Amino acid sequence: MKYVEAIRQAIDDSLSKQEKLVVLGQGVWSPFYVGSSMDGLESKYGRQRVIDTPVSENGVTGLALGAAITGTPALVIHPRMDFMILAMDSIVNAASKWRYSLNYKSPIPLTIRTIINRGGEQGAQHSQALQSWFSHIPGLRVVMPSSPSDAYQLLIQSLESPDPVIFIEDRWSYDEEEEFEIKTAYPPLSEEKPKLITKGNDLTIVSTGFSTNLCQKALIDLKEEKITVDLIDLRVLQPLHTEIILESIKKTGKLLVVDAAWKNSGISAEIISNVCESGFAYLKKSPIRITLPSSPAPTSTILEQVYYTNIEEIKESIFNLTENSKR
Amino acid sequence: MFNFSSDQNIKDFEMLLIIRKAELLLADKASKKQFNTPIHLGIGQEAIAVGISKNLQKSDFIFGNHRSHAHYLALGGSLFKLFAEILGKSDGCSGGKGGSMHITSPENGFIGSMPIVAGTIPIALGGALTCKISNNSSISVSYFGDGAAEEGVFHEALNLAAIMELPILFVCENNLFSSHLHISERQPNHEISRFAIANKIRYLAMDGNNLNEVEKESKKLISEIRQTRKPGFIEAFTYRLFGHVGFEVDEMIGYNRKKDLEIWSERDPVKNFSNYLVSQNDSPVEMIFEIEKKVSLYVESEWQRATEADYPSVTDLDKNVYYEAKI
Repeated sequence: MKYVEAIRQAIDDSLSKQEKLVVLGQGVWSPFYVGSSMDGLESKYGRQRVIDTPVSENGVTGLALGAAITGTPALVIHPRMDFMILAMDSIVNAASKWRYSLNYKSPIPLTIRTIINRGGEQGAQHSQALQSWFSHIPGLRVVMPSSPSDAYQLLIQSLESPDPVIFIEDRWSYDEEEEFEIKTAYPPLSEEKPKLITKGNDLTIVSTGFSTNLCQKALIDLKEEKITVDLIDLRVLQPLHTEIILESIKKTGKLLVVDAAWKNSGISAEIISNVCESGFAYLKKSPIRITLPSSPAPTSTILEQVYYTNIEEIKESIFNLTENSKR
Repeated sequence: MFNFSSDQNIKDFEMLLIIRKAELLLADKASKKQFNTPIHLGIGQEAIAVGISKNLQKSDFIFGNHRSHAHYLALGGSLFKLFAEILGKSDGCSGGKGGSMHITSPENGFIGSMPIVAGTIPIALGGALTCKISNNSSISVSYFGDGAAEEGVFHEALNLAAIMELPILFVCENNLFSSHLHISERQPNHEISRFAIANKIRYLAMDGNNLNEVEKESKKLISEIRQTRKPGFIEAFTYRLFGHVGFEVDEMIGYNRKKDLEIWSERDPVKNFSNYLVSQNDSPVEMIFEIEKKVSLYVESEWQRATEADYPSVTDLDKNVYYEAKI
């Protein structure tokens, strides 16, 4: 199953299982906005439950929150993360604080699904990866799947979560393929943590979303190099669980963080800070971050090729950290 | 609990007085620095909440804003819990973590208030979506002021309510002020209901300082919303007799305020209603005094009880950020 098919399947299965769940967002009746991730759902579940909306990002997100706190679980979809910025009030002021500030004790079944649409000469306002912003906010759960099985499972879990979830997809992961078994039940999202994808002794790599796909490809290229790596897919950025990362650092002493977003005040800094705070004595080398350059995304393909992280860049950092001379 | 009269008129007067005297008491205690949390008093605006609440049911979803003591109390919210909340006590309606600007009484339909101007309007839409799906006669109610019409999400919400056919009552308490600025310094037209017309939403404009008018007029519109499942809009003209925030009247702030204060004090909704009662002959002036005395005693004793309540434990600080399963 492809990543995008897994997303569609999770929404399909959740709509089927959760009778009250509604899906709202711009373009959910259209084939252009959300890839094939909503194909057929409007006709299968009806326009009362799968609701295409006016652009109104803040209005629709607030509406979804209001539905969630009055007994109607809601999934709201922002086809581009850049546009979701207009919904910051409903997300940051309202959804994340409703429980705490109003002593609210019931579930808030609200999932906010958004897509990072990088590349394709789309430029600065159709490409942003803002996972670090949302991970700053107490009260939100922030999830970034990299594989089809995780896309399916984490979305099912998000839609069953009693807390507001920011579910971040990467359009560049949509064609990832994986065979996996769909289970009838999953543990609560609150139990999900970062996951070890490959096991090794020489280096710890921590990566998010699409960057994990890149790291996996880089490691396949390096198969002949006798470098073994703990590749940890972060998956859940808020609340952040670092135990598995610290365990790995104790073993490898070396850390590479790959996050296809900006460096300054980013989640990559958070990972390194945690390792320095709790595992400094184990570090054998200064950690390295691979992030986007500190500029908005360009449109020209020539510039895009330099702007976005590539496999060669990851391989070079792996070599640097493991001091492998075969370059 | 206050022992309300069985006579409907007297009961209404008692409710108006409870709200008025509670807020006057808060102003007094704030001036003596007995608490710090910002209070936005609605003195002069009480008749709107009291009149509208008479036509609401426990199954309706009502949303407030930064100036919501009257909305909360008129629906039956506990005065003790309101005072305790303002004093930061764990018995407060929001556990002492919300203060005057985050109040809630879900058992009475008051889902919650938040202070971001217009922030709860889209959330109320979500309540209306739940009502629509539930296929009963419940409605959602959104209280906001004239300043909210200067926020983008207000316009998003009116459009969404109309296009999605949501059973919501928008209540604009047009008190002619947004913080220190008079409406003539902010908008080219004093009538907020012009935006209801633009969105093809049925609307009624009324004297918000006349309890009988508010009750009678809103009754018509509310029963229409219950039947047609389409939105309605009330614009209730009123005047804030106190400043934007705190215990002062702010006589010198804003356009023409000193003179307007004299005019609007003559239109005080509590005085209005007390005069009406006296004019009905069956309520002699002595009886009005008796009611005032009874309400004063009640308000003071609830304050006293709230001052004696416990503060939250410091270990509660980071509790209820995320859902905590009931044990």
